[in-house]
Amino acid sequence: MLNLDFSFLNWAVIKSNIVPGLLYSLQLTLVTMVGGIILGTLVALMRLSSKPWLQRAAAVYVDTLRSIPLLMVILWFYLLIPTGFYAAIAGSYGVDHRPELAAVITFTFFEAAYYAEIMRAGIQSVPRGQVYAGYAVGMTYAQCMRLVVLPQAFRNMLPVLLTQTIVLFQDTSLVYAIGAYDFLKGFLTVGQIYNRPDEVLLPAAACYFVISFSLSMLVRRLQSRIQIIR
Amino acid sequence: MSAWEQVQQSATVMCKSTVDETVYSSCFAGKGDQTYLQWLLHAWGWTLTVALVALAIALVLGLVIGVMRTLPNKAVVAFGEAWTEFFRNIPILIQLLIWYHLVPDIFPSLKAVPPVVMACIGLGLFTSARVGQQVKAGISTIPKGQRYAGLAMGLTLSQTYRYVLLPVALRVVLPTLTSESMNIIKNSSVAYAIGVVEMISFATQAGEETSLHGTMYLGATVLYFISAFAINRLAAVVEKRTKLAGALGGK
Repeated sequence: MLNLDFSFLNWAVIKSNIVPGLLYSLQLTLVTMVGGIILGTLVALMRLSSKPWLQRAAAVYVDTLRSIPLLMVILWFYLLIPTGFYAAIAGSYGVDHRPELAAVITFTFFEAAYYAEIMRAGIQSVPRGQVYAGYAVGMTYAQCMRLVVLPQAFRNMLPVLLTQTIVLFQDTSLVYAIGAYDFLKGFLTVGQIYNRPDEVLLPAAACYFVISFSLSMLVRRLQSRIQIIR
Repeated sequence: MSAWEQVQQSATVMCKSTVDETVYSSCFAGKGDQTYLQWLLHAWGWTLTVALVALAIALVLGLVIGVMRTLPNKAVVAFGEAWTEFFRNIPILIQLLIWYHLVPDIFPSLKAVPPVVMACIGLGLFTSARVGQQVKAGISTIPKGQRYAGLAMGLTLSQTYRYVLLPVALRVVLPTLTSESMNIIKNSSVAYAIGVVEMISFATQAGEETSLHGTMYLGATVLYFISAFAINRLAAVVEKRTKLAGALGGK
């Protein structure tokens, strides 16, 4: 029967088991967001370039990653990244934390496909006249993109990019599949230690809910602000 | 022996202990009556079953929730919003774990329910929040005047929804529902965590048994591609069939 006594979840337990997991989940989300947006913007630029082979390569990348489940992608990357690679990029830390590092790499490449579609829509939302105006004052392609188009695209798409990041935060729980020590794993570990494997799911769900819900409220406020300015 | 021959071989070989020659019955090939390829197709069946049943649940509930969120009654709207936020903001993995581990603790009579059923319910409710969101968006794209016109003509509220609002709103949201259907196939992979033998579960276990991880993953990945593509095509057909004359790109 269910035992809803959560007194085992005292601060010492939380601090030693759950906080490291939370920190890892947040780090994973932030690093992946930054990496994914940068990579995704490059892919979006490739997809909108005038070279057919670049367009095609970007389209294959995006469509492939978007039609496979994230779990499958996590398993693929974990299988394909050679063991020596972890040691090469992070030394002994890398050897001890293979799943954690693999997740960062996987999520960056995976989320890039989703961010790329958002950035493509953002770039297309900037009127063509802006590009022509940029060229007319003598800018190169790179200058025009960096100084004229991308800042506007980024700003138009900011709420969507952040919404995708909230989805990403929830998806980080799927590193469960390769056993990385994330927020959820922290709770599950405590549940195992104190023999409350089922009950511990409730505080876990509550924490994810509070974080995702408050972030989406913030995004909603930001959205209305941006709309007023324009 | 090529990888695929090895996969197709009826694989008691793979599951036999090298020490005392006993065959592990928990192993996929342990019973010796099916090849790994047949098991893969079997697992594909479970993936599609979970996805399609969950999709049916999600469409029905999503329609109800979406309509509730546009009704004039504040309490009903609040319930719809709460439902949406609740199921949208908890990761699907945690939701499924709760359905499988926690819910039977609260209602002991559910202990005998197989994990597949729990996976369908969990995934269906999770997706219903998203579908509801889109249905609501679809209804709010229709000009308010249409609703008032319906009511002014003497239609009841339910008649207004049935004959005026929903026929248009559902056509508007069809493309987004397509991508939601493709998402549900992808999300069904999470059911592996509660012991449903769908493709992820198959690929990891068969990979362990045969040491042919890449081959097993590739098989599963290809079938995911095919499933997503099939749903995409199917939705295109539905979209074409249901187009309204004179609206939304119809003839």
